[in-house]
Amino acid sequence: MTSTPRELTYAEAIREGFAIALERDPRVLLMGLGVPDPKGFFGTTIDLQKQFGADRVMDMPCAENGMSGVMLGAALNGLRPVLNHQRLDFALLAMDPICTQAAKWHYMFGGAMKLPVVFRMIIGRGWGQGPQHSQCLHSWFAHIPGLKVVMPTTPHDAKGLLIAAIEDDNPVVFIEHRWLHHIKGEVPAGHYTVPIGPARLARAGSDVTIVAFSYMVLEALEAAQTLSEDGIDAEVIDIRSLRPLDQNLLLSSLRKTGRLVVADTGWSTAGMAAEIIAIASESAFDSLRAAPRRVCFPDCPTPTSPSLSAEFYPRAGHIVAAVRAVLQRPPNDDDLLVPAGVELDKPNPAFTGPF
Amino acid sequence: MVAALENPAAATETELSVRLLESMVRIRLVEEAIADHYRDQQMRCPVHLSIGQEAASAGVCAALRADDLAMSGHRSHAHYLAKGGDLTAMIAEIYGRVTGCCQGRGGSMHLVDLAAGFVGAVPIVGSTIPIATGLAFADRQLKRDRVTVAFLGEAATEEGVFHESANFASLHHLPIVFVCENNLYSVYSPMEVRQPAHREVFQLAAGHGITAHQGDGNDPLAVHQLMCAATDHARSGRGPVFLELKTYRWREHCGPGFDNHIGYRKEAEYLAWRGRDPIANFEFDLQQSGEFDAVLHAQFKDRVATEIAAAFAAAQRAPYPAGSTLMDHVYSSP
Repeated sequence: MTSTPRELTYAEAIREGFAIALERDPRVLLMGLGVPDPKGFFGTTIDLQKQFGADRVMDMPCAENGMSGVMLGAALNGLRPVLNHQRLDFALLAMDPICTQAAKWHYMFGGAMKLPVVFRMIIGRGWGQGPQHSQCLHSWFAHIPGLKVVMPTTPHDAKGLLIAAIEDDNPVVFIEHRWLHHIKGEVPAGHYTVPIGPARLARAGSDVTIVAFSYMVLEALEAAQTLSEDGIDAEVIDIRSLRPLDQNLLLSSLRKTGRLVVADTGWSTAGMAAEIIAIASESAFDSLRAAPRRVCFPDCPTPTSPSLSAEFYPRAGHIVAAVRAVLQRPPNDDDLLVPAGVELDKPNPAFTGPF
Repeated sequence: MVAALENPAAATETELSVRLLESMVRIRLVEEAIADHYRDQQMRCPVHLSIGQEAASAGVCAALRADDLAMSGHRSHAHYLAKGGDLTAMIAEIYGRVTGCCQGRGGSMHLVDLAAGFVGAVPIVGSTIPIATGLAFADRQLKRDRVTVAFLGEAATEEGVFHESANFASLHHLPIVFVCENNLYSVYSPMEVRQPAHREVFQLAAGHGITAHQGDGNDPLAVHQLMCAATDHARSGRGPVFLELKTYRWREHCGPGFDNHIGYRKEAEYLAWRGRDPIANFEFDLQQSGEFDAVLHAQFKDRVATEIAAAFAAAQRAPYPAGSTLMDHVYSSP
């Protein structure tokens, strides 16, 4: 397929990925509360029902648990369904079908059946998403053998990993961050896949390795820019696939830099950042020249008020501060200053809510 | 092997009755053999025996086409066997051998035989109900005329997924029959601590707009009759059906023995249900109506005994899965 350089938003890239998957394979089915609604799931499913019909792009009862099981049965019996959740928090009602059924189905029946199903979940942030519309529990899913878990950061990877997830014969948890939907990037036209597994080198550098997940890759790149002004050359790795996890890029980077900061979109305790640091400790201990640092949520639920959420969410400045620490540089109080006019509870100046 | 009838309607009444009796007897003989061998400590997994509940499986599966689908829960031996699941693969699976239906990765609580249309059983109560609903959904989407049976116990109707599945199946008129064996206990918890006395289980399904019936789960002909009507209904696009079949498990919830002595149910209740033995009573009825041939039945039981002995011998001879295969089948490859 020829690719014409052109820019799409992340949301447009997801929509295009869906359209291509639906077009290429009549077994593909989109299910989810609000999938065909006029707002089109943050623009990611706009008009797909008009294009592909009401029996392939479907709304559903408010029954995340039951419908997850229904999608497993559909996948076992000839369809390739994608179940869409507007917030990850709703998918938690379905931990049995996802973790206890889907993840084990191929294994526990001795490989007799394949389970091509995608559970798509969106992480909310800011604008009062509060305790129950913002949980970043990707580490829960990444903990489970039998699942694949991806968290694309760029529009290119969003489309390519979405198509790869739909074409995969295993259950895939596909996690988007709400604050990525408006991001623009180059997206090839037509069909392509980004393989599930390899990490992405988002920025090459030599002094420190910043490993980041999903939206935090953007903050990490901003941090790297700030650090470069102080003569610090940061490498940024985008862990777009949590399971399987690409250790090679991480370890080769650490052998070069000897220093590690991990920026996650979630909590630190028993989280993905801890997993990255464990891998570094087990497999690149001799290369480490300083104790690694984590930049994660503080150990409390997500608050709602803008004043509290501004305090809660780590941002580029926190990553910069962590990098200074692992490089044994003096702290800089300016790192955490908020530039005039920036509103921390909005993904971009154009955002006006409601969610 | 007892296969599903190719054309249930074409069988004569006597042929059907003999088929039902033989299906029940075979299930019981298999379950009793499991109970007898369990003390050898070679079946190293929980077993939930279906003794006393054979009529539901026999009656339901005799009303199915061979290509119809079924799923079940923790007490699934009878469902698997009645649907035509391979006995040798089932016993080997309970023995944890590589020749088992899950290559030793499942055990008694994870039976599967895709060739027989038995798509799987899992022990998390209610979890196969939405999956079976999804099988029926896919058949509807792909315009196949199969029916799916979700076998469940009455406790599974207390799970949210039962209601979510029933609502969705009703909404889309899916070709599924929910077969609920009400054996009055969830492990040791009786109905009165779990469900209101003034509401029958089948009324839950009726509340979802599903055609629902209650029947004698120990009468294989009554079950078969209900199920024939149910499959006609579901297959013709008129939507799902729910059948509540009253029955009783004789042995302990889990394991080979009896557990009346531990005090969760009364001996008198147990004895009353023993008096409603689906096999003895049906055999008696057939004797009364002159449909029972003692010689043929004895020959059948001999054949089944031989088949069972061979299945156990094969399982005991079969190798365990090699340790080197531990990581096989975590993910499927293209």
